[in-house]
Order: sequence, then structure tokens, then C-alpha cells
Amino acid sequence: MNSPKRTIIPFGPQHPVLPEPIHLDLVVEDEKVVEAIPSLGFVHRGLEKLVEKRDFIDFVYVAERICGICSFIHGLTYCIAIEEIMQIQVPARANYLRVIWSELSRLHSHLLWLGLTADAFGFEALFMHTWKLREKILDIIEETTGGRVIFGSSKVGGVRKDITPEKLAEIIFKLDSYAKEIKEITDVFVNDSSVKHRLVGVGILSKQDAYSLGAVGPTLRASGVNIDMRKLGYAAYKEIDFTPVTETSGDSYARCLVRIRELFQSIDIIKQAAAKIQPGELEVKVSGTPNGEFFARTEQPRGEVIYYVKANGTRFLQRLRVRTPTFANIPALVKLLPGCQLADVPVLVLTIDPCISCTER
Amino acid sequence: MIEEQKLIDIEVKDLLSQAGDLCKSGYRLVQIGCTKLPETLEVNYSFDKDYKFINLKVKLNDLTVALPSLSGIFWSAFLYENEIHDLFGIKFTEMAVDYKGNFYRTAVKRGFNPQNE
Repeated sequence: MNSPKRTIIPFGPQHPVLPEPIHLDLVVEDEKVVEAIPSLGFVHRGLEKLVEKRDFIDFVYVAERICGICSFIHGLTYCIAIEEIMQIQVPARANYLRVIWSELSRLHSHLLWLGLTADAFGFEALFMHTWKLREKILDIIEETTGGRVIFGSSKVGGVRKDITPEKLAEIIFKLDSYAKEIKEITDVFVNDSSVKHRLVGVGILSKQDAYSLGAVGPTLRASGVNIDMRKLGYAAYKEIDFTPVTETSGDSYARCLVRIRELFQSIDIIKQAAAKIQPGELEVKVSGTPNGEFFARTEQPRGEVIYYVKANGTRFLQRLRVRTPTFANIPALVKLLPGCQLADVPVLVLTIDPCISCTER
Repeated sequence: MIEEQKLIDIEVKDLLSQAGDLCKSGYRLVQIGCTKLPETLEVNYSFDKDYKFINLKVKLNDLTVALPSLSGIFWSAFLYENEIHDLFGIKFTEMAVDYKGNFYRTAVKRGFNPQNE
């Protein structure tokens, strides 16, 4: 018997479900994917190279602009790397504010992902309702930082902006109300038969594969691996009581469930931070220049991000290397695509929550 | 200090055995990155297990020397190695997937390589 004819179908870099360019060569037999070969670099910006020409204090502005979704945590991770090298003690209040803004980032990012996923499988009403909620989170971010995309609130040595106790109480009140709306929306993702039909049992990533392939974030935790960089205790996370969200089935549905449960966890973390934050300084004065190296690791909405900074005692860093979560999740994507149907590829690509802007830093 | 980080300098000849030992001990590959120093290039191989961070550091004095690929031990290494090849010009032997310089479509080839400055 002849083996089935193989065809290579190019997926991307321009595709309706891809807001940013990534390319996959999909080797298919009939409608079944047997191999996927990724390629990147369509919009590589070489931002890491800019550290050689930008003052290390100012570079936080560039770091935040690596990505428009997890911008705050990019800036924060850069600041942590510099602060660790220079042994700067960031004030406690600044650390709590960093936690609050990090979790607001996670909230709006996960809501963005839920909307995009609903859009990918044609559930337009769900997409619009999810993004309506996301707008409300962006409104809180705008009220507290002045920006909706770039917060600009983190700096080496602390934070630039404060949140008054009255504003914090108002935010908590709003989040309690939004939690009810999020529950209504996410119940559809969890229970609707048409959603489950597209996600359950599709794109299974085993626990062993997820770990050995270096997957990170919800992609890793949905396969049952309990790793969350917030457990390192950076910023004020060491004072926050939380358990990383995990699922065990490793399919697209599990990746969706992890993000949904993390929405409620983020609200809980913000409430804890609001209850514990004390009046105090927002920043410490930074003097001198960094000399040394450090790998700062934090948890972005998509998973572990690493900022490696090597400094030589001048105002210009010797090297900045950013390993983004999407880059780490590409091997997992390549492993979970074979065996799926061609029609499932767009949804599967989305389930790793790819951020090409980060990857093409 | 948020975490203790072990940074270990090793020779190229010890890279595969050290990485293999870490793999057997249950470490995952976290990242591979390259740094340009005044007269050499430095490649960092980072691993993690239960939030314990270990980094193996290899110095390359001769840029014509090829590094052995870690993709036989950690399959995902091929992405990092192709990236380093395309940005810095370092060669790797026996990569699981070799893009032969076409991983990144940058306007300047090997833009991070000191010889390009």
C-alpha cells in the first residue's frame, strides 16, 4: 500500500489568528499534521543591542517597550536585574505596588487571550464580552499609572507612581464586582459544549514533554508541572500566600482552565497586597554604576521571563539578554502539533499564548 | 538577594558531560545566551531544578571553533543555538534542527558579532 501523500502547507507569517508574524511549515497527510517546522525573525528588532548605547537607568523605557501586553513585567524584570547587581534595597511599598501592577497585567493579558481564543473558534459574542471586561482592567491601569499599554511606573530603585489608600479601596471594590462578571464569562469557556468540542483532548502535552522541552507558564502548569517564578519571592511575592495553578490533562482545555483560574488568583493576590501594603517610601536614590552579572527571573502572564544583565562598571551595560516565555514555548508547540487536524492548528498555536513582539525583541 | 545563582566556568570539552549530568539529575534547560566580551565571546547555559539555578559558562577565544550542540540532550536547545549562530556567528555541530543561518531574517547578518563593528 502506498503511504499517504505529504504536502507542506505554510501557516503564517500573515494569518487571521496571528496578530503578529510567526511562520510554521506544516507537513500534512490529508488533513492531519505530521510535522511542524517553525521560523521566526520577520520583525526582529535587536533591542538587546541598544544597551550598549543607552544609559542603564534609562533603558527601563526600552525594556517596557519590548512588548505591549506584558510591558510592565519586562520593565520590572530589568529593574530587578540591575537592583540585584547593585544590591539596592527597594522600599516595601514599592514592592507591593509592583505586585499589584504585575497582577493587573496578568488579568488583562489572560482576558485578552480568552477573547482571542473565542475569536479563533468563531465565538464572536464571547470574544467581545471578554474584551469588554479587559477594558475595565485597562481603565484601572490607566487611572493608576497614566498609561494603558506602557505603564512607565517601574524604575531602578523603586516605582514612580503611588496608589492612594482611597484609590486602592476603590480598585478592590471594582475587582470584586468584575470577579462576578469574569465568572459569568469564564463559565461559558468551562461549560459550553462548542468550546469544549474545540479544546478538550486537543494538543496534548505530557508532563514529561512539557518539562523536558523547557515549556513555561500556563503551558507548563496545564501539564501538571508546578513551577511559577513568583514563588522565588521577588518584589513582595514572598509575603503573598498563593499556590500555583496547575491542571493535569495537558490539552488545550487545561491550558484554558489554568488561565481562567489565574484570573481569580490575580484578584486574590491584589487583595492580599492591598491589605498588607503600608505607607512608606516609593524609591531609593540610585548612585554609582552596576558591575557584575545577574539572571533576573519573573513570571509573566505567558510564563518565566529571564533578563540576563552583565555590567562592567560603566553607565552602559555590556550585555542584556532577554529570554521570553514564548521563545521557550516554541519547542512545546512543535511537539504538540503533530497528530492534530489542520483546522485545529490556529487554536493550538493560540493555546501557548504566543507573543511574537516579545520573542522578536 | 532573590536567589542564589551558581555560575560555573567550564571548558568546551566538558560541556556535553556536564549538561548530561544536569539532565540526569532532573534539571531543565532554561536558556542559552551569548555575550560579547572585549576579546572573546562567552556562552551561558542556564539550568533550573526546583528553583535552583545553575549556569555553565564557556569562553570562546577562537571564533572559528564550533561548539557541540546540546540538542541531543535537551532537544529545545536547537532554538537557542540557531539564534546564537544567526546573531553572533558561532557554529554548532550536530544541531537537531539546523536552519543554516535562516532562523532570523535580520537586515544585518550576524549583527551581534564583534567583527561586524
